[in-house]
Amino acid sequence: MMRVSDLAIVRGGVPLLAGLSFAVEPGSALILRGPNGIGKTTLLRTLAGLQPPAAGQIEVPEDSVAYASHADGIKGQLSVVENLNFWARVYGMADVTDAVLERFALQDLRARAAATLSAGQKRRLGLARLAVIGRKILLLDEPTVSLDTASVGRFASFLQDHLDAGGSAVIATHIDLGFTATVLELAPYKLDAPALTASDFDEAFL
Amino acid sequence: MIALLRRDLALAVRAGGGFGLALVFFLIVVTLVPFAVGPGQVQLAAIAPGILWLGALLACLLSLDRILALDYEDGALELIATAPLPLEAVAAVKALAHWLTTGLPLVLVAPVLGILLNLPGPGYLWVVVSLAIGTPALSAIGTFGAALTVGLKRGGLLLSLIVLPLYVPTLIFGAEVARRGALGQPLETPLMLLAGITLASVALLPFASAAALRVNLR
Repeated sequence: MMRVSDLAIVRGGVPLLAGLSFAVEPGSALILRGPNGIGKTTLLRTLAGLQPPAAGQIEVPEDSVAYASHADGIKGQLSVVENLNFWARVYGMADVTDAVLERFALQDLRARAAATLSAGQKRRLGLARLAVIGRKILLLDEPTVSLDTASVGRFASFLQDHLDAGGSAVIATHIDLGFTATVLELAPYKLDAPALTASDFDEAFL
Repeated sequence: MIALLRRDLALAVRAGGGFGLALVFFLIVVTLVPFAVGPGQVQLAAIAPGILWLGALLACLLSLDRILALDYEDGALELIATAPLPLEAVAAVKALAHWLTTGLPLVLVAPVLGILLNLPGPGYLWVVVSLAIGTPALSAIGTFGAALTVGLKRGGLLLSLIVLPLYVPTLIFGAEVARRGALGQPLETPLMLLAGITLASVALLPFASAAALRVNLR
């Protein structure tokens, strides 16, 4: 479904990873592992098309990828349902159903303004977006941050159903989500970036 | 696209959306002018079209950095950029939403404020016409400036510096249409030029805005 060959990524002019090749088949998940700063987020942003790769190819079917970043993109003045319906309509999908709200335990919060939600509730709302936009390949950046154990369980079961339905996922996470997935250790692909000298910062001001 | 427009309009009119900001600023500027320059009727009538245009332009400028910065800060802009909407359309919709929530109300209150400035009788029509034709250019240019500065902390200053020179042609021809209208002089030429600036801005700048957004979202 997603095929990546000889990919190299760059963050702010600093090369991070090179020589990455992997494939994600329908129904399978790939978990990215590596210490902070190795380039998990940059890799996911590159896969999502937000930045061009420095080298290599990414082959994905058109209109199949959904990206979920650290930030949830929630509008505080809109209610939970309005937030979800906005994303559903942007992707040309039907409005959010009660089943989705229950799945993410948002049914009692549906009319609440999103600004009044707790951090974990906001995260659940951000993740529920993935359920209403109908994309096959999910690119998830630390999806379980600020979730409690029960919510992690809910999200893992959502992901499992997504995979069983022929979807796939690339996930940067440090915790065990409790389903079988290939683990990609990023450390071997790390490039030893030359230490920045003070003069390198001039670039930012040109 | 319609979903994005409706969301932006809903956000603008709800609490904290800044819908009234430009309008109130416009009102304050125009109300204070007679106090500053004196209540002489001849004097006020002479400067009324220019003051109305200048007030509308500055009021427009005030709300520009909200066009994209809010979506950038909460991560929504990245998610919109990965959604199946062309970024050019996103930029165009953002400009349209800004015009509907800022430019259009300014056009509608301008004749009321014209009374405060002793605007001559024939001027009312032409102030409204010139603002209605000119303010879409202000929104399109402003969206381009907002796209250029979207990733910057406190980008408002830079945004103003970038956008103000680009606003000058619109201001010159817009105020000229209003001035000639108030004096009953022929105004076809500045009106055509004003319309030309607006059409070119609305047609071309969404592409420039989208290109700037792509670079800034990297």
